[in-house]
Amino acid sequence: MNRQDTFVTIATLALLGFAGTASASIGEAIHNMFTLPANTGAINAKAVSMFFGFVLISLSITVWAAKRTKSTSDFYTAGGNIGGFQNGLAICGDWCSSAALMGVAALIYSTGFDGLIYSVVPFGAWPLMMFLLADRLRNLGKYTLADIVSLRLARVPIRTLVAGASLAFVVGYLIVQMVGAGTLISNLFGLNYEMAQVIIGVLIVLYVAFGGMIATTYVQLIKAVLLLSGATFIVVAVLAKFGFSLNGLYQAAVDNHPLKTGVMQPGGLLPDPVNAISCGVMLIFGGAAMPHVLMRFFTVPDAKEARRSVAWAATFIGYFYLLTFVIGYGAIAFVMKNPDFLDANGIIIGGPNMAAIHLSEAMGGDLLLGFIAAVAFATIVAVVAGLTIAGASAISHDIYANIFRHGKATDAEVVKVSRIAALGLGVLGIVLGIAFKGQNIAYLIVLPFTISATVFFPVLFLTMYWRRLTTTGVVVGGWLGLATGILLLVVGPTIWKDILGNAAPLFPYKYPALFSMTVTFVTMIVVSLLDKSERAKAELASFDDQFVRSQTGLGAEGAVQH
Amino acid sequence: MEDIYRRIDADPRFHALARARSRLGWTLSATVLLAYFAFIFAIAFAPDWLAQPLHAGTVVTTGILAGVLVIVLCVSLTGVYIWQANRRYDGQNRAIVDEASRAP
Repeated sequence: MNRQDTFVTIATLALLGFAGTASASIGEAIHNMFTLPANTGAINAKAVSMFFGFVLISLSITVWAAKRTKSTSDFYTAGGNIGGFQNGLAICGDWCSSAALMGVAALIYSTGFDGLIYSVVPFGAWPLMMFLLADRLRNLGKYTLADIVSLRLARVPIRTLVAGASLAFVVGYLIVQMVGAGTLISNLFGLNYEMAQVIIGVLIVLYVAFGGMIATTYVQLIKAVLLLSGATFIVVAVLAKFGFSLNGLYQAAVDNHPLKTGVMQPGGLLPDPVNAISCGVMLIFGGAAMPHVLMRFFTVPDAKEARRSVAWAATFIGYFYLLTFVIGYGAIAFVMKNPDFLDANGIIIGGPNMAAIHLSEAMGGDLLLGFIAAVAFATIVAVVAGLTIAGASAISHDIYANIFRHGKATDAEVVKVSRIAALGLGVLGIVLGIAFKGQNIAYLIVLPFTISATVFFPVLFLTMYWRRLTTTGVVVGGWLGLATGILLLVVGPTIWKDILGNAAPLFPYKYPALFSMTVTFVTMIVVSLLDKSERAKAELASFDDQFVRSQTGLGAEGAVQH
Repeated sequence: MEDIYRRIDADPRFHALARARSRLGWTLSATVLLAYFAFIFAIAFAPDWLAQPLHAGTVVTTGILAGVLVIVLCVSLTGVYIWQANRRYDGQNRAIVDEASRAP
């Protein structure tokens, strides 16, 4: 073990110590871990053993992966040696956050059909990724999104923009996941909230700092398999109760829900056409360009495996979304009127986010409950790990190696910075998770998606498809779009009116992506066309080579042979 | 490497391949976007249409079916793209690259 490993180890141990002092008492916390409040305080040894099983397996993989993580290529892309099928599963693991299982089930439980919209619309990102981006991403990419854009354009200004936006994306997404995770895990295992934050933070730092992309990939693989099999099991159990009649299930849901047939139809989630289109634009284009997902395209050896990755990912994710059509309504049918899961006022224990968890207990008792609880935990941990490695690569590869060291840093130095960055992001996640405790953070998920639709998608798309794009165009358009998106979000109904308490929002729409993405595209195009500099001429001339490489894969980064 | 790029760029078969691939990609993208925005517009403008039961005696609505169909359509089109790319484009691509790499 060299010095940097020792440093990261000591820091991680210090975090664990902090975990001890953060919880009121370790003994109490451990006792609480063995009791499930949802289960009237009875000990659920099955849930706890499955939870520890997951932690143990994932840490063993990390130890194994750490031995294989030596170069920057190992760290960021697992040496480019992951197969398309495994990568497809891992992408599914990256994509399906706890929001996809618990969140969608909760929305369907509360509002019916409107919740389903969140299963259908984000999926539109997948075919677009396949048709427009997958081949070219793999052929042009190396470690990060900024690599693709700066192939032809100026390194420093481009990387500053893309890495800056990536970090804003990662931090925004991280807060949502950490706060959701803290609430969920304290509900599931009876841990206190701060303790839950620290456990997740420590695990993530261990996975990412030591195991790099190899460990992160396997954590996501395991999570995807657990999530898909757990969800399948619930669905089969629910449908079996109705003799596999979908109509029987939906009839029971309609009978149980106060909205009656209202659960089967749109109920005003997207109140006006502009919000509807803007929300669609945000989810589809934003979803197609998320850095932690696209980074996974660089872990496969070539464009063909990149396509296979997308095809498998789309199949698994589509399948999972179809399962939510049953899980959400199953919760209405089996949880809503079941006194075991309701408090004295008839409100669901732990809030609607627990709907899927309660459903698993109703379907398969302690065993399935324990399994789904462990799945929920794995789900959160895997997504946070994916975000952390994306953030760490933006810091170490884009900012440190390319902006500050101008590409002259050694492999060992960059890996060291990556590890420290992973540690820093883990600590930041814990701190922000605790700072945002108990706040309404639903609006925060709009931020990363807006950044992705406003900056990453237009920049990547024009880089690949438009010859005339220049550095000045990207920089002016990217920063202006980013500022527009964030500004409109702040003065919009959610923050300006609901959170800051002003009488009326300055900008009437909840989703600014349609406007900010338009600003980025128009500005990038206009500024590029006006750019008559020598640099712009050279950039124009180099498009043909980039085009041939993007189409043929000739000159693309290959896999590392071990 | 630059020389090989130039030779590929000068090969009309390369540009025909790139055009064919991009035509397929854009056609499929347009189909998906059309289906998606039709779904979103139906939610915004015609919620009553989505609220209709599929047939007498069922509670399953047009909206549920539409949601399922959109997801199934996306997965199938993704399949179409990869099938075409693997069957046709990869082979042609390899031939063009090999020839350009061999040329003096």
